[in-house]
Amino acid sequence: MIDRESIKGLEDKARKIRKHVLNMIYEAGSGHPGGALSCADTLTTLYFHTMHHNPLEPEWTDRDRFILSKGHAAPALYAVLAEAGYFPVKKLSSLRKRGSILQGHPDSKVPGVDVSSGSLGQGLSIADGIALAGKLDKKVYRVYTLLGDGECDEGQVWEAAMLAAHYKLDNLTAIVDRNGLQIDGLTEKIMRLEPIAGKWRAFGWHVIEIDGNKVEEIIAALDEAKSIRGRPTAIIAHTFKGKGISFMEWINAFHGRALSKEEMEIALQELG
Amino acid sequence: MELKSTREAYGDALLRLGEDNSVVVLDADLSASTQTNKFAKKYPERFFNVGCAEQNLIGVAAGLAVAGKTAFASTYAILSNRAWEQIRNTVAYDNLNVKIAVSHAGLTNAPDGASHQSLEDIALMRVIPNMTVIVPSDAVETEKAVISEIHRVGPAYIRLNRVKTLYIFDEKYEFEIGKAVKLISGGDLTIIATGTMVHEAMDAAKMLAEENIRACVLNIHTIKPIDKECIIKVAKETGAIVTVEEHSIYGGLGGAVAEILAEKYPVPMKIMGVNDEFGESGEYDELLEKYGLTARNIVKSAKELLEMRR
Repeated sequence: MIDRESIKGLEDKARKIRKHVLNMIYEAGSGHPGGALSCADTLTTLYFHTMHHNPLEPEWTDRDRFILSKGHAAPALYAVLAEAGYFPVKKLSSLRKRGSILQGHPDSKVPGVDVSSGSLGQGLSIADGIALAGKLDKKVYRVYTLLGDGECDEGQVWEAAMLAAHYKLDNLTAIVDRNGLQIDGLTEKIMRLEPIAGKWRAFGWHVIEIDGNKVEEIIAALDEAKSIRGRPTAIIAHTFKGKGISFMEWINAFHGRALSKEEMEIALQELG
Repeated sequence: MELKSTREAYGDALLRLGEDNSVVVLDADLSASTQTNKFAKKYPERFFNVGCAEQNLIGVAAGLAVAGKTAFASTYAILSNRAWEQIRNTVAYDNLNVKIAVSHAGLTNAPDGASHQSLEDIALMRVIPNMTVIVPSDAVETEKAVISEIHRVGPAYIRLNRVKTLYIFDEKYEFEIGKAVKLISGGDLTIIATGTMVHEAMDAAKMLAEENIRACVLNIHTIKPIDKECIIKVAKETGAIVTVEEHSIYGGLGGAVAEILAEKYPVPMKIMGVNDEFGESGEYDELLEKYGLTARNIVKSAKELLEMRR
């Protein structure tokens, strides 16, 4: 069991990540704050609690792997990697700028990013491949990937889901950031996903549904996934797009735009 | 005369590569057709059938490569093109060791008809940065090319055929990536060919020789990176170029040669291939005849070109 203090520490860290995200996108003048905020708690928990990794040795062969399949949340990943020590925090302000390694979508040039991603639907396939290699090499590392819910419209996601179950990839955990919104609107209006948990279950996965903005629930689900044998685990993380900023939550206008100066002031105040 | 398809040679090459533990092979439900089944039988733990799911084929191969493997991913040429964007964004962008070896390219999947023939793939692959495009002309060249790929970092597209074809090379042949192979010397014009058309080009040169026309024949097994120097050199030496490929006349070997010569040394040129149309069902030889991909038709084009130059 994790103590209250550690959870508080992770919550504080997630708040810090959210501030970085807003600042980075503000500085860049463009980006996707909504979906980066919704998954900030998951990324924070993975990198500061669950995953075995070493920022001083990014190529450590036994490290756990993470692939950000919903690559438009790149600022959140970069912020987490910088906070973890993969590269200096001051570099974060170079997001999306010419000559920077911090490309608009995750790029393998960035220390700690194993593979470039961002074109939706591809991350789970890549995660499958890394998990297969782990099995083949008898490694104990685990593979994590974070998908958007809108991303689950992509057929390739289900090809990859089928394969992971077929090859019994119990070293693989896929987290679906179920924030209910995609670019054009509500996922249920644009392309119905429900019953999303049932779909993953039908594809042979162990499925856990959680409040994906609650650190203790994320920890418990990731722990449960580790204990499952013979099949991969999908965590449906119910989240709020724009989580943490009152005027951004559930407002899809913030899927793909930076905040204005006035909005920034309010947002940063709210994050404290 | 002994015949062997390039896909059979690929299957044999994989068996040899299998001794290296870092080699993995993936297929999308076509392992008998692509000949990866030989590897699957000998090294089942390193063979992954992904089912008929080409996007996932490429993605999973990419993941294995990210984890340090050299991944050979096979299916039909046309079906691999379905995963073009996966190949571009995941495999090529990160310069991963994914070797996409595809069979039934060009018209060689003849009876299956247009949907299963592949006449655009060289163009589609050639345009992707970091991608190496190899079109072997016979079984020996295939085996050597495939084996050499294990030592080269980065992705490759290796274009193979269904049909059995004649040998051009013997075991002493040394394959060098990116280097054109001059098969016949001649000063009147150059026939530049790739894949299945290399043999036709050689036959055409022999027929031309009977009429006292000396044609140089170049085998371009690597469409990218292409041997620019050699192409410019033969253009200077012979002053006329015919290219011939089992592919659309747009964007393939002919396009690549034209891009170089237009900038560096323009000479009269004739691009032979399939004339911006889809294939149809039929016997392979019938289709080659229909699209004019025969030694006889190369002779005709060569003479027309020489006429034009006068």
